[in-house]
Formats: sequence, C-alpha cells, structure tokens
Amino acid sequence: MPNLTDRQWLWLAAACYLAGFTLGTVSLLRGRRHSRAAMFATLAAGFALQTLGLALRGRAVQGCPLGNTFELFQFTAWSSASLFLVVGTTFRVSLLGYFTAMLAAVLTLVSLAVPAWDAAQRTHIFGANQWIELHAALAVFSYGVFGLLAITSAMFLLRNYSLKSKHVGGWFSFLPSILDLDHIGVRLLGAGVALLTASLAVGAVYWLPHPETVNVAKLLATVAVWLAYALALGLRLGGAQPARWLAWECVALFGAALLSLAPVNSSRHPPPTPAASAASATTETRAP
Amino acid sequence: MSDAATFFVLGASHHRAPLALREKLSLPAEKIAALRARLGPAAGIRELAVLSTCNRVEFYGVADAAAVARLEAEFCTLQGVPAAEFAAARRHAAGGDAVAHLLGVAAGLDSQLVGENEIFGQVKDAYAEAGAAGAAGPVLHRVFQKIFQHAKHIRTHTAITEGQVSVANVAVELALNIFGKLDTARVLLLGAGEIGEKTAKAFVSRGAGTPTVASRRLERAMELANALSALAMPFWLAPVKLGEFDIVVCATAAPEAVITRAAVAAAMRKRPARPLFLVDLALPRDVEPAAAELENVFLYNLDDLAKIADANRTARESEVTRARVIAAEKAAQLWQQVAPRLGVDGGSGTGSTADTAPVG
Repeated sequence: MPNLTDRQWLWLAAACYLAGFTLGTVSLLRGRRHSRAAMFATLAAGFALQTLGLALRGRAVQGCPLGNTFELFQFTAWSSASLFLVVGTTFRVSLLGYFTAMLAAVLTLVSLAVPAWDAAQRTHIFGANQWIELHAALAVFSYGVFGLLAITSAMFLLRNYSLKSKHVGGWFSFLPSILDLDHIGVRLLGAGVALLTASLAVGAVYWLPHPETVNVAKLLATVAVWLAYALALGLRLGGAQPARWLAWECVALFGAALLSLAPVNSSRHPPPTPAASAASATTETRAP
Repeated sequence: MSDAATFFVLGASHHRAPLALREKLSLPAEKIAALRARLGPAAGIRELAVLSTCNRVEFYGVADAAAVARLEAEFCTLQGVPAAEFAAARRHAAGGDAVAHLLGVAAGLDSQLVGENEIFGQVKDAYAEAGAAGAAGPVLHRVFQKIFQHAKHIRTHTAITEGQVSVANVAVELALNIFGKLDTARVLLLGAGEIGEKTAKAFVSRGAGTPTVASRRLERAMELANALSALAMPFWLAPVKLGEFDIVVCATAAPEAVITRAAVAAAMRKRPARPLFLVDLALPRDVEPAAAELENVFLYNLDDLAKIADANRTARESEVTRARVIAAEKAAQLWQQVAPRLGVDGGSGTGSTADTAPVG
C-alpha cells in the first residue's frame, strides 16, 4: 500500500466522489441515464479511501476523528456515502447516487480546501470516556442521514416542480416518482431523528451529573437541530403539513445543522489567537 | 434475383398496404398452420417464420426464388387476395437486406409508432411458432437469436423507446412519475366516451387496480364498467367521493366544469399526504383550472398531454437516424456470419447458391 498521509487518502476519496459527480453530470448533459454500476463503484471506491484516511486519523488521535470542523465534515460525508452504499440500492432510486456523490464531493473538497479547519491544536473532547465518543459518533452519523435526506428532499422538490410546471422531459425524466421520494424522505427523517435522539440520550447520561462541563451554545445548537427535525417528523406523520413543505424544511434544516457544527466545534477549542492561527499547521498522519 | 436459396423476407406492411388490405392478409394462428400444410415439404421452403400483426404480415425464411414465388401464390390463394393486389403492396428482399429489415422490425424502427414495444414480443412469438412447427433451421435460429440481441441493444442504447407518444400513455407515464407504481392507485373515470375508455384501459394495462366509472347516464356507466371489469358509481357522487381516488380521468361532455376547485380542496383535506392526479380530457374542460394551484394536486388537460406527446415524438425521431446506423452495421455483421452457412457471399445483397434438403 502506498505510504500516504491521511489527508492524501482523503484527497483521493474526494477525487472519487468528484468523479462520480462528473460522471453523472456528463450523462445528464448528454440526456442519458448514468450507469448505476459505475456510480456505485465510484462511490464505493471513494468510501473505501475515505475510510482508510479517517482510520489513519483515528489511530493518530486514538479515538473517533471528530475533533475539528474538517473531521466533522469528512465524517458527515462518510456517513452519507456509507448510507447510500448500504440502503441506496434498496431504495432503487435513480439519481440518488449522483446527488450523494455531489454532496460527498462538496463536503470533502470544501473541508480539504480550508486548512484552518484542520488546525493542529485539537482538544481531547472525549477524554477517556467511550460513551461520549459514541454520543459524538451517533450525532455526526445522524447528520449523514440528514444529508441524504436533504438530497432526496431536493430531488422531491425538483420532481414536484417538473410535474407542476409540466416540464417532465429531459433529465427530469430520470427523477424517481414523487410518492417514492416522499416515502424515502419520511423513513430517512425517522432514522435521523432516532439516531440523534439516541446520541443525546447517551450524552445526557454522562453530562447530567456534570452540568458544569456542558457548553451552553453547543447544547442549544444540538437540541435546536434535534427539536426542529423531531417537530418536522411529528407534523408530517400527523398529516399537518404537505410533503413539499417538509422537503423545503429538510433542505433548510440540513444547512442549519451544518452551521450548528460551528458552536459544537468551538465548545471544544479555545478561540485561536492571531499568532496561533498564523502558525497553525494541518494535522498530517502517515501510515505506519 | 439469383436462383440460390437464401434468407428472404416477403410480405406487406402499413407502409404500402392500406388497412383494408391488411385485414384481408391477416394470418391468425390456425391459418398459419393451414398455410404450412398447403406448402408442404415439396414447396422447397427450407425454413419459414410467419410474423402477423395488425400492421404487417411477413414471411422470413430460407428458399430460392421459385419457392418464394410458390409461397406468395399459396398465400394469396389461401387469403382470397388477388395476386396483383398483393404484388402492389408487397415487400421482398433477400440476403443482407432481409436481415436488415428484420432487425428494423424487431427494434421497432419499422413500426407505425417508432420504438413501440409490442413488436419485439410479436417477433419472438413468430420465431417460437416456427420452432414449434419444426420450420426453424440453423439459419433462422442464428438470425433470430442474434436479431433479438441486436434489437435489445438498439432499444437500450438509443432513446427510440423513451417517452410515450399517445395521450393515454402519456397520462399513464405521468401517473408513474407521481405514484411510482399503479397497483395501489385507485382510478375514477368520469364520462363513458371513447377517449376516457382508452385512457382507463391504458391505466389498467399498466397495473392499476379496478377502476370506477361514473357517467351522467348510469346505464352507460354500467355498460362500460362491464366492458372494463370496473365498478360503476352514480355521477353525482363523484365530487363527494373524489378524495377516495388517486387518479381521476375526466372525459365528460358536460358544458361546464364538473370538478370544482372547492371539491378538490375538500378531497385533499382528507388525504393531505397522498397526491391526486387529475387528467382532464374533456372539451370544454371538466376540472376548474384553479384546482391545479392546490398542494399535491397535479392537473393535466388535453393540451398539456398532447404537448408532451409531441415532444416525445420529436425526441424519438431524432434518435431514429442514430438507431438506423447501428442497425445497418449490426445487420451487415450478422449477414457476414450467416451467408457462409448458405454458401453465399456475405458482402452481397442476395448471395449465391448452395443446395441442401428442405426442412420438414
């Protein structure tokens, strides 16, 4: 195996995701459906390379690599890709692979392109407690589910627009049916809320006896995201809001969820001084 | 034309034979058996498959020119069609041209509705019938099996089959875009006219459950319901029961809208999560256009469906040229493989000689 650093593996993974996105875009521009097998293979390759990169990083930090914004973005992309590889084929939804590749490419490339997000000064957030580590991993994995949900919601909105505006030809014809997308969305929303609930429950077990260790901004941001998704699910299951509204909410909430990573992350880092920022180097871990 | 036995096609299709002649030429299964019996082994036709659809009657086989002439004469006699009338409409080709024609037919390139799916199955049936009758030999086996492969390739690698081109099928396609599958979709047909009936049949043929028919004349609704194995419902109940249906096909002759925005809004309150597809085929329109503004309601009228059908037709036609190029290449390759079995030159249209014993 080549002796590459974790970031180099992650760059290769990002290149695979970008290749999947390019493959889908070229096919759509040519008015053809992309090969599902090729898309699956490209995403699987990206996932394998990213797993390798994150594993190297995890070994270096001796824990789940969720210690800074870069790692959070990477882990979210990894979660979305893994979900697609596991459940995407069950859904048999055309274009889901394409949009997953797009999301994973954006998250990984943006995180790699901002070296400051991978600053060397990382805080040992988890200490020696594996439950807190599980809490963080579940939370970020739920963000991956919400990422996939944002994709299917965007597909729903496009399909709804095409049917309402009567533009059903061209690449709109590759989109799945509106009812299938709605059903998938509700299932993903349920799974995401369940994961985030479990994550908060695990975190609460540790933090309730030690409230002084809880950062208020982080707590508010996380609970707000959880509450918003849970409310959206409740309203949808209760038939109180149309599927289109839910789709808009899921797209907007995922944006908000990504933004909420900032207070979550800052709770673990003291704000860097200008001198420290200038001097900050990115974490580079090489395979032993 | 050469006297050598070669692969040939003889027949008439919608291109040159008007409907009245095609009706006379049509060969149901029992008549195909009768024709085979009349021809017998002495006719010199070594292999023979018969393709009979509503748009064409064609014979594909291996024979020399004299045997093909006997086939033509026996066919005309059996059908009671004057030879001159058939000759005026017939198409006869041999060798590579016949192979190319068969490929064009199987791929749907020669169909009245280019890219239609049914013809592929009909060619398969013709080949199966020839096999069952013991009339398919090494040449037909090779040609048909390769033709099926190539036709599938053309149909999947070009867009000739994409997009529906009839109003009824466009409506079904749209319903699939909304519901994914139609097996759980409940269909209501308002009006008992021909276009509504055709559309309801198209939905049923694609898997929709038992439709319900409502017409101002209940006896007409029941008549149509019997024909479609559907249920009948009094017309006045339709707006009230609207929420119980997923797809509503409106094709009444009513002078004003029979489905109001208010009725649709009331229906949607009972089913906020499930879409409602309204297909308005009536002129004047049966559904108030404002109903389309409601959430989860998809309203398409006759013009909307016709525009989509036209766009699909244009898209298909632009693919036909590409498909024909592929078909010509594949047919030429296939003929090069088959011709040596007949002892003819694969590069020529009709090839030349080789005598073997007749089949059967």
